[in-house]
Amino acid sequence: MEYFLQQLINAVTLGSIYGLIAIGYTMVYGIIGMINFAHGDVFMIGGFMSLIGFLLCAMLGISSAPLAVVLVLLLAMAFTAVFGWTIERVAYRPLRGSFRLAPLISAIGVSIALQNYVQLAQGARPKPHTSLVQGGFTLYSANGFDVRVSWLQIVIVVLTVALMAGFTLVIGRTALGRQQRACEQDMKMASLLGVNVDRTISLTFMMGAALAAVAGMMFMMYYGVIDFFVGFLAGIKAFTAAVLGGIGSLPGAILGGLLIGLIEVFWAAYFSSEYKDVAAFGVLVLVLIFRPTGLLGRPELEKV
Amino acid sequence: MAEPLLLVAGVETFYGAIQALHGVSLEVNRGEIVALIGANGAGKSTLLMTVCGSPRARAGRIAFEGEEISRLRTDEIARRGIAQVPEGRRIFPRMTVFENLQMGATFADPAWFAADIERVFGLFPRLKERRDQRGGTLSGGEQQMLAIGRALMSRPKMLLLDEPSLGLAPLIVRQIFETIRLIARDEGTTVFLVEQNAFGALRLADRGYVLVNGHIRLTGTGAELLADPQVRAAYLGGH
Repeated sequence: MEYFLQQLINAVTLGSIYGLIAIGYTMVYGIIGMINFAHGDVFMIGGFMSLIGFLLCAMLGISSAPLAVVLVLLLAMAFTAVFGWTIERVAYRPLRGSFRLAPLISAIGVSIALQNYVQLAQGARPKPHTSLVQGGFTLYSANGFDVRVSWLQIVIVVLTVALMAGFTLVIGRTALGRQQRACEQDMKMASLLGVNVDRTISLTFMMGAALAAVAGMMFMMYYGVIDFFVGFLAGIKAFTAAVLGGIGSLPGAILGGLLIGLIEVFWAAYFSSEYKDVAAFGVLVLVLIFRPTGLLGRPELEKV
Repeated sequence: MAEPLLLVAGVETFYGAIQALHGVSLEVNRGEIVALIGANGAGKSTLLMTVCGSPRARAGRIAFEGEEISRLRTDEIARRGIAQVPEGRRIFPRMTVFENLQMGATFADPAWFAADIERVFGLFPRLKERRDQRGGTLSGGEQQMLAIGRALMSRPKMLLLDEPSLGLAPLIVRQIFETIRLIARDEGTTVFLVEQNAFGALRLADRGYVLVNGHIRLTGTGAELLADPQVRAAYLGGH
């Protein structure tokens, strides 16, 4: 029971990170119908931006942990959003209206380019990072087993919940969110109503990238290490989360992220940690076979 | 004679290698209701979409209020004051009626919103009843009302209507035509209407054009075209 509870805490933390990345996949898919396979690497860029940010904070002598975390978070989100904007502008927009596979191939190219760029610019060796947020507390202990929650885990989960709530509000209630949904449902009609479709798509990429940056920062702090290749696996898992939840669905991405986190952590805890990735991707296969629209995805049934 | 609100001169539009419009010229004056009639596939919808810049005209001029608009983006053209009720209505299916109307007011002055939504609900009380229902669940007639209401939310100078009567019951058609007349006569909105229902459209319109295979073949007042033997034979089925 204690072991189970501990794993549950770990799983929710990991699931939060996947969920944040998955939102970027699902939003971009919703609006332009393409899987942005470079999104995992945008997440990795976000992690590196955070690392650089923390080093800058240390250089500037900012020693207050909450202040440093907030500063670095904003910095990482802003710079990574610029990456998101640039990628869309350079690699995807010129291919809009081209055949369906073209942007997909371009996305894989961007992914490889980003990995190699970071490998060259930052070196290939994993970068260690000592988290500013240390410590935690014992939730309860029994049978000689302590169930511990670290402050960092609390920061991760609270930040994720806050971002997701804020984000759901933006999409559901604001004019910008309405325009994004309009572009998603009928791009041509949106432009006939005066919506600047290109601008809306750019903003979508920037929002997805900013959320991936948050995930990148939390990932780096949580595992204390980052390298140029972390985006690949995390990206594919978040993609699996998005498909599991129903690609195109925002609550689906969040739910999918949590489920993938749970599956991965519990598989590692009770069966074998070597096969935890197999378990996560096995779920992708099962979903694609038995429920291709995902858990919260909508079947294409609409009155014409 | 004042300059026309919309001037289309020698416009040619292509879909890939296929030419859909051949040197189409027409004009719509302020406050008029102008009907464009023609058979299926004559290029009527293409003409309306070309005015909105999607697809773009490959040759010719399109001027709105005397200014060339054929090189502008679709959303920029909309912001000049041209609203379209497109073919198939294109309601946002997963948005509520209210949200669809909000989308219509995308670039409108927010101070107008409350009054404009009341006006649309006044024209189409059914929409008020269905306010929080998703667009995709509305009946065809309700969707048509919503599409017109949505277009009116931006207070357009010119309203482009693509087959507002298509697939609707005769009673609803009469109601929609009556509303269009109201919008044009009482509120001074210029209306450019595309119809296969030639009889209804020409009775409503001040002037009309007949489009055949991408060419303008005939023009005249609504009454003249209704009396024209060619038009009667081809489009009115002996009314």
